[in-house]
Amino acid sequence: MQKILAGLGAFALIAMPSAHAQSVKIGVVMSYSGQFADTGTQIGNGIKLYMKQHGDTVAGKKIEIISKDSGGIAPDVAKRLSQEAIVRDGADMLAGYDLTPNALAAADVSAQAKKFMVNMNAATSIITTKSPYMVRTSFTVWQVNEALGAWAFKNGVKKAYTLVSDFGPGWDGEAAFQKGFKDAGGEIIGSARYPTNNQDFAPFLQRAKDTNPDGIYIWVPGGTQPAAIGKAIAERGIDTSKVKIMGQGELTFEESLKGMGDAGLGIITAFHYDYNHQSAMNKAFVTAYNAEFKRNPDMFSVGGYDGMHAIYESLKKTNGNTDGEALINAVKGMKWESPRGPMMIDPETRDVVQTVYIRKVEKVGGHLVNVEIDKIENVKDPFKARMPK
Amino acid sequence: MAVMSNAVVTPRQYLHAQLRWHWIEVAFWLATLLPIIVTPKYLVLASQVAITALFALSLDLILGYAGIVSLGHAAFFGFGAYTAGIITKPWTMSLPLPGRDLEIDLPGWGEPLTGLLISALAAGLLGYLMSFIISRFRHLPLIMLTLGLGLLLYEVANKASWLTGGADGLQGIHVWPLFGTLHFDLYGYTSYPYALSVLFLLFLVCRRLTNSPFGLSLRGIRENITRMRAVGAESRSHLRIVYTISAAIAGTAGAILTQTTETASLGVIEFQRSADVLVMLVLGGVGRLYGGLIGAIIFMVARDQFSGINPQFWYFPIGAMLIFVVLFLPNGILGGAERLMAAIRSRSS
Amino acid sequence: MLASVIGVLFDGFAYGMLLFLLAVGLSVTLGMMNFVNLAHCSFAMIGGYVTVTLMSEAGWSFFASLPMAFLGAAAVSVVLERLLYRRLYRATDLDQSLLTIGIVFVSIATAAYIYGTAQLPVQVPGYLRGSFYEFGTTFGVYRLFLIGISLVISILLVITLEYTRFGAQVRAAVDNQRMARGLGIDVNSVFAITFALGCGLAVLGGALAIEMVGLDPNFAFAYLIYVLIVVSVGGLGSIGGTFTAAMLLGISDSAGKYYFPQFGAFLIYLVMIAILMWRPAGLFGRR
Repeated sequence: MQKILAGLGAFALIAMPSAHAQSVKIGVVMSYSGQFADTGTQIGNGIKLYMKQHGDTVAGKKIEIISKDSGGIAPDVAKRLSQEAIVRDGADMLAGYDLTPNALAAADVSAQAKKFMVNMNAATSIITTKSPYMVRTSFTVWQVNEALGAWAFKNGVKKAYTLVSDFGPGWDGEAAFQKGFKDAGGEIIGSARYPTNNQDFAPFLQRAKDTNPDGIYIWVPGGTQPAAIGKAIAERGIDTSKVKIMGQGELTFEESLKGMGDAGLGIITAFHYDYNHQSAMNKAFVTAYNAEFKRNPDMFSVGGYDGMHAIYESLKKTNGNTDGEALINAVKGMKWESPRGPMMIDPETRDVVQTVYIRKVEKVGGHLVNVEIDKIENVKDPFKARMPK
Repeated sequence: MAVMSNAVVTPRQYLHAQLRWHWIEVAFWLATLLPIIVTPKYLVLASQVAITALFALSLDLILGYAGIVSLGHAAFFGFGAYTAGIITKPWTMSLPLPGRDLEIDLPGWGEPLTGLLISALAAGLLGYLMSFIISRFRHLPLIMLTLGLGLLLYEVANKASWLTGGADGLQGIHVWPLFGTLHFDLYGYTSYPYALSVLFLLFLVCRRLTNSPFGLSLRGIRENITRMRAVGAESRSHLRIVYTISAAIAGTAGAILTQTTETASLGVIEFQRSADVLVMLVLGGVGRLYGGLIGAIIFMVARDQFSGINPQFWYFPIGAMLIFVVLFLPNGILGGAERLMAAIRSRSS
Repeated sequence: MLASVIGVLFDGFAYGMLLFLLAVGLSVTLGMMNFVNLAHCSFAMIGGYVTVTLMSEAGWSFFASLPMAFLGAAAVSVVLERLLYRRLYRATDLDQSLLTIGIVFVSIATAAYIYGTAQLPVQVPGYLRGSFYEFGTTFGVYRLFLIGISLVISILLVITLEYTRFGAQVRAAVDNQRMARGLGIDVNSVFAITFALGCGLAVLGGALAIEMVGLDPNFAFAYLIYVLIVVSVGGLGSIGGTFTAAMLLGISDSAGKYYFPQFGAFLIYLVMIAILMWRPAGLFGRR
């Protein structure tokens, strides 16, 4: 076995330089298996659609995607895969990163190797501070949830209970919602955190229900838990017309709504994207996506799509130069119209500035969709905005 | 390695013969230097293999020599890993004393070698404490206890996120360069020799330990604990000693992982890690010291090559290999190799 | 206050019954045949997948799919028993564990290959969903159904073992194999049938559990841990022990999540360790 490896290694060393010059290699590290497998699939689809629509050559160089599966929440694996992409496969930049712990670990690699890194999903605010070469094209939990907290108080919720998943983004969601809610004048009457792999939500929801809130705020990452939460809501007999169930967009994903059934009606979420968004560009995007992948896009898809846009436009600006410094300077301040609406990369924080939509689950044409009922424009990430410079 | 003689042998002579270096062993250790020269792009993988091999070695001490089946050995690996990471970070504690609060500022200590020692001691201490429970049980209750203790420690690490970073992993680990000049970088140029040296050193220790009267008594405990007690051997304290040593070695392996990758997350202490190392050891051959090393090499390299497909599908060849080994190669690959050698030898004589 | 206690007890009892259904088969095989079958939950997982497939592809109803899954798994178990397990009846605990772990790995990879790695949505019939309100708290219909089925099964098992001829043969074969053979009992087929029964029970448990806990290829491993805890705490081979242990653990888990959510899954492991240290053979174990 060692001999085979030796041979391969020698061959790789010889073969590498010639292949390198005419292509740009992007190491894409995401979860293609496990609890968050669908996330990886959707981001991947977004990437593929962009490349199909805009071709696979930019500034005279061919774009090559090197996919690596992190298999779920596994920061050590994500770091190792990112490292391998750069050291072994000769990647010029890193992209993907569906989960906060993975993005945090990979940020070290990006900083050390001075490589451009496009975070296409992981939403905890501090992630972009971990590498000066990182840009984010998805959203931040603070951005979306603080706005929701403020909105909730202004729209009838005076006492709220919060229930979040027990890791980085969940803690962010809890802090963000509570801050927005309390700053507007609301009262938080209780809170809890559930284990990240929890499947049985009935005891947690029972506890929430017992405090008699006007609203229950639930933070959940993508994956399989939203449907379980919906079922538990029905099982515990929580009346969604009296108690507003609120959360971040993943709670009412298309797949979750299917699993929840009518228990999902009336749930209010805040998010930056839904396939139901009424704009010409989005309608074209959804049509093209359906034609290619036979399903609707979601926020993961748009994170991947816009991530590729950032990469393509930056490469055009630097004329194909893949130096981390050059690329990150190119992407700062970039503005464009995305299927989600207008978006911009903040030159100071390298993070995304966009519109946050408030949506409600309603029955349209026989099935459940997120209908936009309000919006807040040009929302920056409030957490980093408050950080001392 | 094996003594091929039918003459009457005293225990001392037997041990002495076992300690002699066979040429295959020498060749093996020389071969471990190859990745540095031949496959320098794979040095990070090579250091991971060395770390896992050390972990498997520690399990072999208790499983192969003392007969303790543990489904939770990652508890020590993880404890050492987290300790190594935590001591590199600065901590501020305030103790509420009567009168005023006492502020204690602990600077981060990132020196790798002393950090390794501290982590080994910490894991050893944990092992020592647990050994009081472990040494009192056998069979299924023992398996379940090791499983339960491992899972419990996982939950502790998960919940104590102020200390361990929880599911996000420990942030801000900063390890100083080895000997002041050798950085632990992305490419593994320092990591692999570091991990390999520690592996070799601790291997020598284990080799001496298992081929000593103490080692023989362990084997006796594994074979027939009742008889050992009848003979007057201190079985329980011997079990505790070997468990403590094994825990310290496992903790060392975990610490090296943290130092060379500057990450520590729940993956170091999860059940999957305990299960994987058990599988590796069995594949290679239990109770032969080299079995853990061979098993680790094969498992890690195969997983690396196959993982391009999908980490979930990876379990198919592993499961099939495991079934095959249990049915047809009861002493693992090394055992099979030994039988092959013996068959060849008897055929030629 | 009382309402929430009742709610927690009910939820915990139902979860405990789910664990009972999954674990009772293992207690039977482990206790009766002394065979460490860690692949037990793989059968449960197969049960789940077969049920889901029959329901979504072939359009069968939930209640029709269940017996089909039971029979299918029983058939698979007979094949496995003859091919693999029979060779290791006299082997060490470790070897049996390893063989069956190998089977678990293979089953996980196969399930991932055929069904993909994401969770499969499960849709039980409408009349089993939702809840009703009584005594100041809500009771989930499906949980009630689970409790009902578990009680029926435990009664059936106890009747079979204590009051039928077959049950007597099983007990005889367990207590003293040689004597039983000497008396003309066909021990091999008794064991084979018992093993099939154990696996069938696992399958039933799996098919019923997935509505509450979700189905993905990792099921085989994830629930194995809980099942092992139930079996070792309850005592091998004791149906009553498994029932008690399952109830105890289910309620501890629910109570823990409700009253001390910050402790997560701690409680289950602490309870197990404490009980095992006090009684290594389990609450109702024989040795």
